[in-house]
Amino acid sequence: MTLEMIWFVLMTALLTGYAILDGFDLGVGMLHPLARDEGERRLFVNAIGPLWDGNEVWLVTFGGALFAMFPEAYATIFSGFYVAFVLLLFALIFRAVSLEFRGKIASARWRRAWDWGFFGSSLLATTLFGVAVGNGVLGVPLDTRGVYAGGFVDLMGPYQLLTGGLTLTLFALHGGLFLHLKTEGAVQERLGGVLWHVWGVFLVLYLLTTIFTLLTVPSASANFRHYPWAGAVVVVNVLAIAYVPRGLFLRRYGRAFLASTVTIACMVFLFAMAVFPNVVPARNDPALSWTIYNAASSPKTLRIGLLIAGIGMPFVLAYTGIVYWTFRGKVRLDPSSY
Amino acid sequence: MDVVLLSRLQFALTIMFHYLFPPLTIGMGVVLVYLEGMYLRTRVPAYEAAARFWTKIFALNFAVGVATGIVMEFEFGTNWAVYSRFVGDVFGSALAAEGIFAFFLESGFLAVLVFGWDRVGPRMHFFSTLMVSLGSIFSSIWIVVANSWQQTPAGSHIVAVERGGAALLRAEITDFWALVFNPSTVQRLVHVWIGAFIVGAFFIMSISAWYLLRNRHVDFARRSFAGALLLGTVASLAALVSGHSQSRNVYRHQPAKLAAFEAHFTTGRGDLSVFGIPDEAAQTIRANVAIPGGLSFLLHDDFSTPVLGLDRVRPEDRPPVLLPFLSYRTMVGLGVAFAALTLLASFLHWRGRLFGTRWLLWVFVFAVAGAMVANQAGWVAAEVGRQPWVVQPPILRGGDGEPLLDADGYLRYATETVRLPDGSTREVIAGLRTADAVSEVVTAGQVLGSILLFGFIYLLLGALWIVVLNHKIHAGPEPPPAERGEDLAGAAGALIGHRRSMTETPEAST
Repeated sequence: MTLEMIWFVLMTALLTGYAILDGFDLGVGMLHPLARDEGERRLFVNAIGPLWDGNEVWLVTFGGALFAMFPEAYATIFSGFYVAFVLLLFALIFRAVSLEFRGKIASARWRRAWDWGFFGSSLLATTLFGVAVGNGVLGVPLDTRGVYAGGFVDLMGPYQLLTGGLTLTLFALHGGLFLHLKTEGAVQERLGGVLWHVWGVFLVLYLLTTIFTLLTVPSASANFRHYPWAGAVVVVNVLAIAYVPRGLFLRRYGRAFLASTVTIACMVFLFAMAVFPNVVPARNDPALSWTIYNAASSPKTLRIGLLIAGIGMPFVLAYTGIVYWTFRGKVRLDPSSY
Repeated sequence: MDVVLLSRLQFALTIMFHYLFPPLTIGMGVVLVYLEGMYLRTRVPAYEAAARFWTKIFALNFAVGVATGIVMEFEFGTNWAVYSRFVGDVFGSALAAEGIFAFFLESGFLAVLVFGWDRVGPRMHFFSTLMVSLGSIFSSIWIVVANSWQQTPAGSHIVAVERGGAALLRAEITDFWALVFNPSTVQRLVHVWIGAFIVGAFFIMSISAWYLLRNRHVDFARRSFAGALLLGTVASLAALVSGHSQSRNVYRHQPAKLAAFEAHFTTGRGDLSVFGIPDEAAQTIRANVAIPGGLSFLLHDDFSTPVLGLDRVRPEDRPPVLLPFLSYRTMVGLGVAFAALTLLASFLHWRGRLFGTRWLLWVFVFAVAGAMVANQAGWVAAEVGRQPWVVQPPILRGGDGEPLLDADGYLRYATETVRLPDGSTREVIAGLRTADAVSEVVTAGQVLGSILLFGFIYLLLGALWIVVLNHKIHAGPEPPPAERGEDLAGAAGALIGHRRSMTETPEAST
């Protein structure tokens, strides 16, 4: 295993952590309009209140690590997808502000405005992530120097919109299951009903995406010839997806949430398999792709980064553990809540 | 307008707005640790009430800081792709370290700090506050390391990598610790911390002074003001010492920058301009009031030692003068004013007359704006003074420590010999010009669009921040928990006299 491969695995791990953790709080944002009164709306927001900020740090660290370890990929992606990233930043700022400001002033109109800001920004951010995944699988046009050679419209084809929709429903499902664990009574019952529909739409999009990918993007499954064991992940993925309705039916919501977590982990893994060994695949000519080798920093930097990650990650997991343990159980509103 | 100028404008807009908040967080974090520590030691409920109140405002500042900070991390890639390719190997490590060591620490324990009051014990809560404060200090370390490397590169070399038949240059790490402790890191980091402590202290003093003037929450306000005044005084005095030592360091490693700060156009005795407007075209300062030899004295402890001027820098390598000159003076002038103000307040506090000196409290209500301006001005001077470089090549010095000059009498910048992919070698400058650093594919129209978008959001964000802050200040701190529930009858009785808030004395609200 080369240093570059280790870093590709670590980047995948960071992305998995991000997708699982921010996945549920983005999902809560998208389901927020289901709350019927101020009490329920506060409940939804406070379910993720102490957690969303830490979850977003996974994305910040992913961005920082991409800059450090694969600077060529970072530069090409971020400058090439300029409009998409500005929109994403817009959504992330708006989301943070909506969460933080909504509870600060006791006015119904003020709070309703931020509620829509929270919903809209969660929806926009998730869609953009999903579209980015689609572009990663398909590849993007690059010129000979490895600079993005397309426009905003090239990023928004039918396949990318399909993966965008898939991500939306997956995060909504994941967020809904999380909320179900965090709430009680009537609102919990209502969520239970909605989750069936969300799962149904997700299943349809999942099947469509799978068929579309297998038929039209041969590069996405090419790696399975080299790494046949990865087929096991596909099986686990299907089992996890199938467990969600079983968990809903048997009222084992904790396990259903675990199943959606596993589903997300598997899907990030499959995404990484579709891209590897590229970091930015070139759609026009595979030879122009940024791979983990030609996009990487020097071996010395990769080693230093590994040392930093080795020292830091146990701490990160410890903090994450402490916070999730402190705020375990059903949401309780107290004077310090949002 | 061209992409470089627009990208610089956008960077200036986003970083300056962002940098309103991190110094507040760093500075207030220290005060929070103090208040909670005092509560743990003395168990005086007023300390807890104070800590709870400031925590809410801290959380607000923190959230806006985080939201605007993500923009910064992304912007290197979106607007400065060539820069990112050039510095990624060096700069990226610092940024990744910041994420792993600082951001997770801050965000994790922030949750306990803000939402955990009724879920964890006071010791665990104090520990969380300490961790958040440490995390915010850690995050300043790595970003200042990265920025200092751009000012005074060390521990790295330039290599050429092949791509599509062309050679792309980039900096790679050779010695991690030399990079971290490059010649300007420690000095600049200390100065940044001091600046943050001043902002945090003045922010708390501002709100406390306002309460004192209104005769509200007097006990709370006095405790908060006294704690912040201690920090503010120490930090303001330290700023003078640190600033003086840092200006010498800037002269040693970036003489062009110091010459721009001082509008010192011609090499020779350095006069210290107290007031004036530099005229770059005429190479002079108009309406100049200067201390003869003052600059020479500050840099060399001698009134006549020559100081390198901008005439020793190639015209294409000269920084602009007007902006660094004015912003540097703004920072220094305000710094001196803070030292005088906090010393006076400390003296009056010692004599027991501070809280009766109303005019001084009024000054403190508004002085926080000055503290913000001083921090911003310092960064403007540091970053504009580095131009036209985004990564400034080191200047060369001879064995005697004197700067080496080339045949035309100009300062020499370091160059490096890189091996190109075809086997030949080439001599390249050991830095990167700002004009060469922007993204290859981003257009002026796109940047203009994003400037408008960010401008709109930040205007909204700034306005909301003020509205909510104002709201919080009016609401004031909540009564200490001991008064809240233990004795309902007593509390109800006390409420009659406490119409506005229970931490106010009854006399005060009538």
